[in-house]
Amino acid sequence: MKKFMSLILCLSMVLSLFTACAKNDSLPSSETASGDSDVIKIGVFEPLTGENGGGGSQEVGGIKYANKIYGEVLGKKVELVIVDNKSDKGEATTAVTRLIEKDKVVAIIGSYGSGVSIAAGDIIKQSKIPTMGASCTNPMVTQGNEFYFRACFLDPFQGNVMATYAINSGANTAAVIMQNGDDYSIGLGNFFIKSFKELTEDENSIVATSEFQVNDTDFNAILTNIKSKNPDVIFAPSSATTAPLIIKQARALGITCPIMGGDTWENPAVIDVAGKDAEGIVLSTFFDENDPATEEAKSFVEGYKKELGDSEPIIPAVAALGYDAYLLVLDAIERAGSTDGTAIRDAIAATKDFEGVTGVINFTDEGDADKNIAVIKTVKDGQFVYIDTVEVKQ
Amino acid sequence: MSFETFMQQLANGISIGSLYALIAIGYTMVYGILRLINFAHGDIFMMAAYFMVFSMINFSLPWYIAIVLVIISTVILGVVIERIAYKPLRDAPRMSIMISAIGVSFFLENLATYLFTGVPKGFPDIPFLTQAANIGGISLSVATIVTPIITIILLLCVLFITNKTKIGMAMRAVSKDYETARLMGIKINRVISTTFVIGSALAAVGAVLWGAKYPSVMPLMGVMPGLKCFVAAVLGGIGNTTGAVIGGFILGMGEMMIVAFLPLLTGYRDAFAFIVLIIVLIVKPTGLLGEKVTDKV
Repeated sequence: MKKFMSLILCLSMVLSLFTACAKNDSLPSSETASGDSDVIKIGVFEPLTGENGGGGSQEVGGIKYANKIYGEVLGKKVELVIVDNKSDKGEATTAVTRLIEKDKVVAIIGSYGSGVSIAAGDIIKQSKIPTMGASCTNPMVTQGNEFYFRACFLDPFQGNVMATYAINSGANTAAVIMQNGDDYSIGLGNFFIKSFKELTEDENSIVATSEFQVNDTDFNAILTNIKSKNPDVIFAPSSATTAPLIIKQARALGITCPIMGGDTWENPAVIDVAGKDAEGIVLSTFFDENDPATEEAKSFVEGYKKELGDSEPIIPAVAALGYDAYLLVLDAIERAGSTDGTAIRDAIAATKDFEGVTGVINFTDEGDADKNIAVIKTVKDGQFVYIDTVEVKQ
Repeated sequence: MSFETFMQQLANGISIGSLYALIAIGYTMVYGILRLINFAHGDIFMMAAYFMVFSMINFSLPWYIAIVLVIISTVILGVVIERIAYKPLRDAPRMSIMISAIGVSFFLENLATYLFTGVPKGFPDIPFLTQAANIGGISLSVATIVTPIITIILLLCVLFITNKTKIGMAMRAVSKDYETARLMGIKINRVISTTFVIGSALAAVGAVLWGAKYPSVMPLMGVMPGLKCFVAAVLGGIGNTTGAVIGGFILGMGEMMIVAFLPLLTGYRDAFAFIVLIIVLIVKPTGLLGEKVTDKV
């Protein structure tokens, strides 16, 4: 009897595991239940959980809103199939395969986080499904992959912008903290180091570089080392999950120099978790709602503000990029006049002076949006505040 | 390295070490009694952190009431898990209970992801604990100073309970041989429940102190501390409470010192814990203070 009971228990535990997972997975599948050809399916490949869950959700918000406003193409309804890549490179390949094999999407949008995008790149290339990255900034995402495009600027540019800003605000030395194994963080960190050394013309201007592991929460040891080197500025490209921990621990150790990060930092979670210590951090981002660049941007800011309500104080830049990525794909399908992967790809590559929310977009031969403007923001009184728009000649 | 930097790293090491120690006690006690590695322990710790977030932010309770509430609800969670997932398997092979523990661990992680989403929540600010103190150029938060003291006090409490009280005597008897203990009239279910009460309460205290230091609460936050504290428990000799505390301190200190003296190896900090585990298992399989167990055939 006891054995039987234990067997039942084991079974029910195992089953409960599956139901817990199934609940997550059933989200997209319920949206894809209809198999008729009156809809065009676009896959959304984003992290909704894990390290980048916060940013991924913001980006999906922008894509969903775009779908709400522009819900039709070629006379058919556009249906979004959202899969969660869990901020994990292993899950990323599964998620993308699922979109292509099971859901038969005609194009894909995503992902937040360069690492997962790079991991999914090969599958996308082989299955010839045109993909539009929204905020993946590492150069390797589109390199050698003719089916991967992106709507944002690149890390070499972003690293240069931050290095320039740091030097212009009087810094002569810098310390860099990066996340080991994260393509975004390592890439951006190294581009910053390169630019900073070039601009200061001093090989020793980077006084310390440190790496940490995914899911690390303790940075006291790294920061104590950095404190002893006394840099003028700390550059710590990292996820919105990690950033507040670094910021808080740095301040608790008595480090007073400015702390800077990349586009991932423009996330309410950073201010929410770091609290008062977030004041004065500096970050670069793609978009500022107070300075709409195009007509599309004006209507987007107005409409999306209403949509967000009180849930977010400002429009996240990644939502704007998600919106642009969706429009770019839709525009290409319209011009291609078909849902054939290669035809859409060619149409995206031929995009000319597309008026998006984040500016006028053209693509380089590599498939990257040709952008040379970044917005610098800081945190003041618990809000992200615009400081400057930087234009760099590449 | 300057003296101040060294002292700062030392303080960092003691602080993280005492957090590891606190959670490691829970592992080691359950192992001592049930011979079960409670893989769900790190996730109970995670749930405790969420309880703290909810009681302080959603119900806006003052911190001292919230802490009591968190300890009580974590204890209930721990005991319920024992009743549902481990008790029915008491006579099953040890492997079955361990697999059940892994199941509970995944269940809690997925449940938390489903209920609270993967977006990190800020841990509520406990003004008393997060105050900064500066002693001779070394910056510390009050939590950093308080944590080792609390750990030592709680260790003494646990030692007192196991060595001087009746229930403690029963615990030691059960850990020696629970069939015989049962024949002697010891209510083993009560003893095991008590073990889970103590272990979960310590995990709750650990979660509050952890949150004060690393204020980001998310569903997978228990995984790494869970693994490291398990390493700490094995290092000290699993089943031995004092050993778990010593193991926790060694691990925390080692992690800080590898960064302090070999800044180039910072990325390998986590690997350190597992290298230590492997070395200990090779050199002294029973851990530093572990007793030799002769397997009954």
